[in-house]
Amino acid sequence: MLPARFHDWFAAKGWTARPHQLALIEAAQAGTGVLLVAPTGGGKTLAGFLPSLIDLAERPRRSRASRLHTLYISPLKALAVDVARNLEAPIADMALAVTVETRTGDTPAARRQRQRHAPPDFLLTTPEQLALLIAHPKSAQLFEGLKTVVLDELHALYNSKRGDLLALGLARLSQLAPGHRRVGLSATVADPKPLQRFLVPQPPDGEALAQLVIAKGGAKPQIAISASDSYVPWAGHLARHAMLDVMTAIGEAKTTLIFVNTRSQAERTFQELWRLNENNWPIALHHGSLAPEQRRKVEAAMAKGALRAVVCTSTLDLGIDWGAVDKVICIGAPKGAARLVQRIGRANHRLDEPSAALLVPANRFEVLECNAARDAVLAGELDGERLKEGSLDVLCQHIWGMAVAAPFAVDALYDEVRSAAPFMKLSRADFDAALNFVATGGYALKSYDRFARLRQIPDGASKGLWRLAHPRLAQAYRLNVGVIVEDPMVDIRLQSRGKPTGSGGRRLGQLEEYFIEQLSAGDTFVFAGDVLRFEGLRETAAYVTRTNDPEAQVPSYNGGKFPLSTFLAQRVREMVSAPERWHVLPDPVQEWLRIQEWRSVIPKPGQLLVETFPRGNRHYLVCYPFEGRLAHQTLGMLLTRRLERARMKPLGFIANEYALAVWSARDMSGVPMGPLFDEDMLGDDLDAWLADSNLYKRTFRNCAVIAGLIERKMPGKEKSGRQVTFSSDLIYDVLRAHEPDHVLLRATYADAGSGLLDIARLSDMLARVRSRIVTRKLDRVSPLAVPALLEISREMVARGEVEEDILRENEDALIADAMRVD
Amino acid sequence: MRCVLTDLSLTVNGQSLLLDKSGAAWWEPARTLIFADLHLEKGSSYARGRQFLPPYDTRATLLRMAEVVSRRTPARIIALGDSFHDPLAAERMGVEERAMLSALAAKAHFLWITGNHDPHPPAWLGGTVMAEWHEAGLIFRHEPRADAAPGEIAGHLHPAATVAKFGRGVRRRCFAGDARRLVLPSFGAYTGGLDVGDPAISSLFVARFHAFMLGAERVYAIPRQAGRRNRSDDIQPMITAIATTARP
Repeated sequence: MLPARFHDWFAAKGWTARPHQLALIEAAQAGTGVLLVAPTGGGKTLAGFLPSLIDLAERPRRSRASRLHTLYISPLKALAVDVARNLEAPIADMALAVTVETRTGDTPAARRQRQRHAPPDFLLTTPEQLALLIAHPKSAQLFEGLKTVVLDELHALYNSKRGDLLALGLARLSQLAPGHRRVGLSATVADPKPLQRFLVPQPPDGEALAQLVIAKGGAKPQIAISASDSYVPWAGHLARHAMLDVMTAIGEAKTTLIFVNTRSQAERTFQELWRLNENNWPIALHHGSLAPEQRRKVEAAMAKGALRAVVCTSTLDLGIDWGAVDKVICIGAPKGAARLVQRIGRANHRLDEPSAALLVPANRFEVLECNAARDAVLAGELDGERLKEGSLDVLCQHIWGMAVAAPFAVDALYDEVRSAAPFMKLSRADFDAALNFVATGGYALKSYDRFARLRQIPDGASKGLWRLAHPRLAQAYRLNVGVIVEDPMVDIRLQSRGKPTGSGGRRLGQLEEYFIEQLSAGDTFVFAGDVLRFEGLRETAAYVTRTNDPEAQVPSYNGGKFPLSTFLAQRVREMVSAPERWHVLPDPVQEWLRIQEWRSVIPKPGQLLVETFPRGNRHYLVCYPFEGRLAHQTLGMLLTRRLERARMKPLGFIANEYALAVWSARDMSGVPMGPLFDEDMLGDDLDAWLADSNLYKRTFRNCAVIAGLIERKMPGKEKSGRQVTFSSDLIYDVLRAHEPDHVLLRATYADAGSGLLDIARLSDMLARVRSRIVTRKLDRVSPLAVPALLEISREMVARGEVEEDILRENEDALIADAMRVD
Repeated sequence: MRCVLTDLSLTVNGQSLLLDKSGAAWWEPARTLIFADLHLEKGSSYARGRQFLPPYDTRATLLRMAEVVSRRTPARIIALGDSFHDPLAAERMGVEERAMLSALAAKAHFLWITGNHDPHPPAWLGGTVMAEWHEAGLIFRHEPRADAAPGEIAGHLHPAATVAKFGRGVRRRCFAGDARRLVLPSFGAYTGGLDVGDPAISSLFVARFHAFMLGAERVYAIPRQAGRRNRSDDIQPMITAIATTARP
């Protein structure tokens, strides 16, 4: 099957083509769309390009018109650049006449223009650039000869707003280049069906699936869990107790990636490691808030093999091949099995050698989570994802783009959009609402008709087609394209001590504005590996100085928090309810669960445990849904409202990933728990509460920017995120008061319902535990409740709330009470 | 019985002005209600540039005005300029909105101070149009002047302030004032804010001033450093808390 030239090339490298690589060549010859699911290191990218290379190798470039043959789309522009570089070797070795170019936001305008009329054979780009390409009036010429679209890291795209944008772009490509086929490349996923649908146009009734090729799995990874039989913390996320183990692990490997879940954890871990770094090993820090120059420097040092370890967040989850990494350490909870697989795969990009990973749980619940995640990974089971519907705000943006390309017929566009898998079920009413939004804002009050952006052509051959009302709107579209809306950010600038605030200084990176707004002059926090003192905010920059304080006040900034996956939560619950499996756990964790079993109860699978007990002069209600902090917070809000109506006088609540604790001045044990946890609570208060929450307003802002209500940038001058935030809240308030069912508010609600506030997940949980609630009225705190109660005192103290009884609450006394066997 | 703090008033050049939670100032002795920067029809102004903000901002602003008017029952309403977002704004007002404005004008006499956005309010509005107005030691004008004589009541700057506590920042529109002058918050539904720490606002004051942030029940006085340093004639501001008694 492999042409001689390719066969020889593989042989010269000492390789043989893998079965999945051959399967993709076969699929290309049959002309079918195909999804390749392969673990890291499986030669996935080469597999995606091989058929195109073979196709072009047969035909010398001089004999062909300059036409785009293969379009490659990746979620990261750095990955596109990396892949372009990796293609150089086979093309040069085999002397193929194939041209490869990338096209990203960084590509110079002249080259981008040239790429339109004289495209390379392979164009490597991102979903946003595809949106721009198809919105060009001459897109038909560019794509008419297109044979193949390769979608890399499809698992990271398909179920997101960027995936929606990409799906709509592909639907348009099906019109422009009806003969082309698509190849999806994906890491292992629990359910490949949605990805298979994504790759082929969906018929009006029923579904179509791309062919599925699953690569043989590589060697099973070696996953160790750092555990001590003498001490396991009750709460917290820093794993300070295990840092010596981490140092030892770094010492045993050549190059180590250390993953943490939040940027503030990254900062703290980095500091802890340097405190112990007696050998002065080069250990670096990498996260999304650092200045790009600084990140590039770390990446370059990494590529050269000059670093022993890098502490990083999800910024290094995807893509680029570092080669030399031979160990991965994950500090804290893995959150999901798929995420863990992805991270472990960063070590050792060779398929046949096992990757080595060390999991470092920071507290007792995380010990359970790490064990559950390891079991899942070794059993080859992964988290499923809740499939989102195509977002209406993204649809609005796409409709605008289609008008920029050419006048369109509304029925044909509707059909085209529905051929994209995420929009299969789009109703005509929703489509029309999106169209009206683009045309005139889509308000019930029709006062903007005379300013319309889109108009129907009144007569002639194109009668009835929708066209752009003004050419300037094409420019506005191009400036607003894309679905990534950044939180308003503030530059962090380091100035010399003693200089007046605001007078210059090196840029260290950026932080979210809402974090900076909480700081007063003189507050200290950790950033870019240093303890910094906040001096003041001037325009869009926060000015800081270095300080010698060893301990910062470190208010946390929460970038990169992931919820515990539903799948992993299920496995943690199973582990808790199976005493026969506890023997693998460290002694203190076993003891903890046994005393819980004796003092209260270990819930059976499917049950929800609700405990009530007094402590100090308060009464507590603690439940353990294991559904993640966001879902628990929403539940806490809804429960306290209900308890208030039951005159239980709830005083507050706190949620962590595993449990929810509510406290009150009254004993809540008499409350019937069935009705308290009834699903209908989601209707009750949810809407009112949601509508006022800041998270919801931020979601609205994102939808408004994506749909084009708020301009991201003005030609010539970029609006700062600051200005956008303030006015979007005002717009939201007015819209909500006067037209609550507007298409943008519906888009916002859909976002909140799916990922953002985990309402769907909460609703599943409430349905699952109906009539399976186990209640225990206890005379004192239970062992399982301790981590949540500890979090209460921490959070309160951190927030500066001086509540006598909380401050008096002594950690040791709490634990002693919970673990006392009498 | 317990006392509930309901309102704050600030004495500016001898005149006591009650700072209403809505963002209007109530000059009771003169039965005058003062608004700044209504920016009516800002939404439709953006629509001319084909950016379609919800077309309900004028309505929302007039409804909030009507609410304060019904609570305070003024004889006169002073609008401190930029009442309309652009020179053609009044002509774009919808039928319903015009009726709402007329209903307000039927209850109190309007004094329209002109602003940079609306140098010539249309005649059909009724009321009186002036560039500034002096009365009882107070000067009403749109844009505050650095060298103003004591007693200036102005708008234009859209002051807003942020306070942070319990790990959370709260940003609200606010009055900015001391014993010599008062800058009102913008009242229009789509009007943004400028932080009182910005020199454009803080340098109007000497030594210190207060940001009176708009809360759900009342305004909250937050002291702020002024942009200008001590001068010999620094006067302490006089803020009076107005309490009403509530039954237990």
